Amino acid sequence: MKLNERSLAFYATCDSPADNAGFLYKRGERHTAYHRRWFVLKGNMLFYFEERDSREPVGVIVLEGCNVELCDSAENFTFAIRFGGSKSRTYVLAAESQAAMESWVKSLSRASFDYMRLVVRELEKQLQEMSRGLAGGCGGSQDAPGPWKPKPSALEQSRDRLPALPAILPKENGCAVWNNVLGTDRPPGTSGCGGQDEEGTPRPPPLPPRRRVSNGEAASAGAAVAESPSTFCRLHEQYSREVARLRQDWQQKRRGPPQP
Amino acid sequence: MGRGGPAMRYNERELLSLARQPAEKAAEIRMSVPKKGNVLKKRLVKLVVNFLFYFRTDEAEPIGALLLEHCKITKEEENVFSISFIEEPERKYCFECATEEQCQEWVEALRRASYEFLRRSLIFYRNEIQKMTGKDPLEQYGISEEARFQLGAHRQ
Repeated sequence: MKLNERSLAFYATCDSPADNAGFLYKRGERHTAYHRRWFVLKGNMLFYFEERDSREPVGVIVLEGCNVELCDSAENFTFAIRFGGSKSRTYVLAAESQAAMESWVKSLSRASFDYMRLVVRELEKQLQEMSRGLAGGCGGSQDAPGPWKPKPSALEQSRDRLPALPAILPKENGCAVWNNVLGTDRPPGTSGCGGQDEEGTPRPPPLPPRRRVSNGEAASAGAAVAESPSTFCRLHEQYSREVARLRQDWQQKRRGPPQP
Repeated sequence: MGRGGPAMRYNERELLSLARQPAEKAAEIRMSVPKKGNVLKKRLVKLVVNFLFYFRTDEAEPIGALLLEHCKITKEEENVFSISFIEEPERKYCFECATEEQCQEWVEALRRASYEFLRRSLIFYRNEIQKMTGKDPLEQYGISEEARFQLGAHRQ
């Protein structure tokens, strides 16, 4: 199978931030000797280089679907990246300190695209629920809305392991939902959010098309609960009306022609 | 590939297994790879996480896979879009869809398909929720300090 190796090498060595980087000892596949390599984690890809200043990675481990475990081997600070499947290779790695080992195990076990997507969906849901909840609770009531309480969620329950996701993913992933709900006022000539500009540099996602609230106002909205519930409610009612309208638009679009 | 060195090693078995998983999007689309001739050939194209796999339509194993990071998705002429990578913008993978609507859907889906895009979305939501509530929504999950969730995260 061909892989776009040149682009992978570029991704590994460009100056986009790494999620972790450092020396690790990697056990060979057939021989049990360990080789010291410079590892760079970006997203769900774990690259390894012969030296820290090597121009290209020797290899990459695609981390999607892996489990990360500590080893009870004789070597200290050892951990393993395992995949399901009978013939899958297990990558055994050793760090140079307890702290380094813990840091790597933590960052590797949450490195999957699926995990990131789960977190994004969760935050998106919370944002939607907050707007809905505030809209319901602000109908002329003098009581300030209660403090926002997180509900137990799939994310929380699966905190210490990779979450199991439904086998069939919905057509719109978390970003698609956000995109359609909040990013509707796109400038002409662009489509989608987070697309690239002409130079190919990724743009940050556009802010939702709601009335701009100055930072001071937004920050004090919470504080204003005790002092001025009506201002707080008015603010959030405005926000929730817009969100409700956008949601309606999105739902109508969603009911459009069936997909091919 | 003209580099002269050995090919980059990767865990092919796991990547093949990923290619067999349910796709976010899959369709038969005519596709060309950046080579002499740029001939369009019918392929089964499948988007799974941040990989685009492409198969001969009657084969179970993909011919190739594209990691969709630092890439540019360009709407070309009618029904056509292309994928290029920022370090080599002239080398384009071209896709000719059956309809303009299908083309637009793929462009939208592929622009959102990178890990880096997800990360930016997360940071955006995190900030929005924090502005509204004064609380960091990631704290309850114990992940607020993770490098990958920081704005302008660590540079090497």
